[in-house]
Amino acid sequence: MGKTGLMRLAATALAAFTIGATAAYADDDMNDPYRAPALSALAGKKIAYLPISIGFDLAQAWGGVVKTEAERYGMSFSSQDPNWNTDAMAQGMTALIAEHPDVIVTQNPDMQSLARLLKQANAEGIVVVQLNMQGAVQTDAFVGPDFIAMGEQAANMMLAKCGSETQTSHKVAIVQGVLTGGVSYYQVQGMMKVFNEHPEIQIVSSQAADWDASKARAITETALQQHPDLCGVIDVWDGQGIGTGAAIKQAGKQGQVYFITSGGGAQSMCDGLLDGTYSATINYNAPGMGRDAWTAITTALQNNQGAGVIKTQIYSPTRVMTKDDVQAGTCWDPQQYAKILR
Amino acid sequence: MNARKLFRYLNQEKIVFLLTVLLFVAFSLTLNNFLDGNNILSLIRSVAVLGILGLGMLIVVLGRGIDLSLVATMAISIAWSMQLIHEGMPVYAALTTGLLFALGVALFTGILVAYAEIPPLFATLAMATFVYGFGRAHLIVGTDVLYMPKTMGWIVMLGQGKLFGVPMPIVVAAAMALIVFLFLKFTKVGNFVYAIGDNLAASRIGGIAVRPMLVLQYVLSGGIAFVAGIITATSVEAMNTRIVNSNMIYDVILVVVLGGVGLSGGRGNVRNVIVGTLLIGVLMNGMTIMDIQYTVQNVIKSLILLLAIVVDSIVNPRDEQTGQQGDI
Repeated sequence: MGKTGLMRLAATALAAFTIGATAAYADDDMNDPYRAPALSALAGKKIAYLPISIGFDLAQAWGGVVKTEAERYGMSFSSQDPNWNTDAMAQGMTALIAEHPDVIVTQNPDMQSLARLLKQANAEGIVVVQLNMQGAVQTDAFVGPDFIAMGEQAANMMLAKCGSETQTSHKVAIVQGVLTGGVSYYQVQGMMKVFNEHPEIQIVSSQAADWDASKARAITETALQQHPDLCGVIDVWDGQGIGTGAAIKQAGKQGQVYFITSGGGAQSMCDGLLDGTYSATINYNAPGMGRDAWTAITTALQNNQGAGVIKTQIYSPTRVMTKDDVQAGTCWDPQQYAKILR
Repeated sequence: MNARKLFRYLNQEKIVFLLTVLLFVAFSLTLNNFLDGNNILSLIRSVAVLGILGLGMLIVVLGRGIDLSLVATMAISIAWSMQLIHEGMPVYAALTTGLLFALGVALFTGILVAYAEIPPLFATLAMATFVYGFGRAHLIVGTDVLYMPKTMGWIVMLGQGKLFGVPMPIVVAAAMALIVFLFLKFTKVGNFVYAIGDNLAASRIGGIAVRPMLVLQYVLSGGIAFVAGIITATSVEAMNTRIVNSNMIYDVILVVVLGGVGLSGGRGNVRNVIVGTLLIGVLMNGMTIMDIQYTVQNVIKSLILLLAIVVDSIVNPRDEQTGQQGDI
């Protein structure tokens, strides 16, 4: 090694030392002072997830998103599946309160069943996040669409297609879910608020299909028989609306009957828009709701105010979609989230 | 025919048929478009699946059994088939797999009833829970609603097509009814079903292989459940496995019992099921046209059932001769 080589080596060493020293210095200087307390507020906390069922696309997306984030921040995540059984769910909730996790993320089956238990959970210091349907009690956060506003929105969209300014029969049919379920009840309430101001709109049928596509198909088929000049149909959920859409298609009325429905934006929604089963949908983006739930959890755990002190309604943003909005990746794949939860 | 004779002449089937005719006339007079040909077709179509399941139930009930796992078998077998198609299995292979699953489940139920001698009520109740639980845990692992694959080909026509203007579900239901009728009426095995239901011990002494016969009844009803599944899935373009939690199985029992099939076995035929199914069809269709809510429809439906049973028990009082052991 010549003199030049030695010098070069020294220069390199010096450079390396300088960079290293700077890096070490930066480590001290640039440390985010807020990160450590935030992380420690989350680390080791327990999240329990108890929707009315884990078998449907919405609950899979919510749980999938929350679980992924929970694990990222060193929290434990457990889930239970009451499989649409309200009694089993109430029992599960009672057991959960005894277990005392830090956070309970739940979805009410109706307004009343869990109200007392959720209040109790809050009183015992458990943060409670309610998804999609607000029970009769307000807890740390409610995450879900503003169903009344959504009903109004659907009704207004229908007015544009079947209202007084159109050359149609102005006949509209509504397919409800279950009569007592808030998701259905509030949407219909919103719709009727709009339709009552528009007497030209004639509601020819408004029946509950029990969240069952087969019943929705039969009801809509009969409505179409009775009113061959039907202008539009609104169904309160796309999972049930697949049957409503099938009835419209099988009656050869696709194109004549404008069909609006709403849902969480799973792949089946995009497929339905593409093949004409749905004319337009209001998409409340279930993974987005999962993110909102996660935000609510991190907020509640970091604000140190205790469970149930700060109460927030977090209404989900919605997006109206038609066939033209559908591209690859517009909708999400429930299987992907189901896998995360499994 | 004097009043007393007329009274004797009436049995539950005729009472229900009369009730159906009365309702039909009442609806025709009061509801617009009720008599419309298309409405009659949609009326029958809406109960076609119920009728098909009723045929499966009939075969089992005639042999003094009951099959509470029909709806679970229907939902899980066809949903699994569609899931396999989604995963890339060829359509026919997937449907065959689903059919074999339905038959296998039914075979197992039959063995439980015939050889382990577990009462059918408990055996099939347990199997319904097992099939649904196993299906949801290991077969249909994603969403509990399976959407119909676009690649099903001509099979879609079974749910959506028409033959001479008649929707295919009605055609399939009619064909199934004819097959079951011919089977029960004209085959030796069909007659054995009645014999076993009427008197199991005597049938055994008479040389009928009672246990294999019982197994066969459940296997047939499992196969019928799969056909009903195909019709449901293709006409709605989805199979909602949650239907297992609904009261559909009671509707199936309803159409069978309503038509006058005796739960004590040995009494009844395909005609009874058709009459029971038609009453429910007329009732549901009329109430839907009248825009009566689904919950109220259930109440009315059950009141009609009660009425039919009460009238039957007045007209045909039970005594030692008609009352059988095993009456539920």
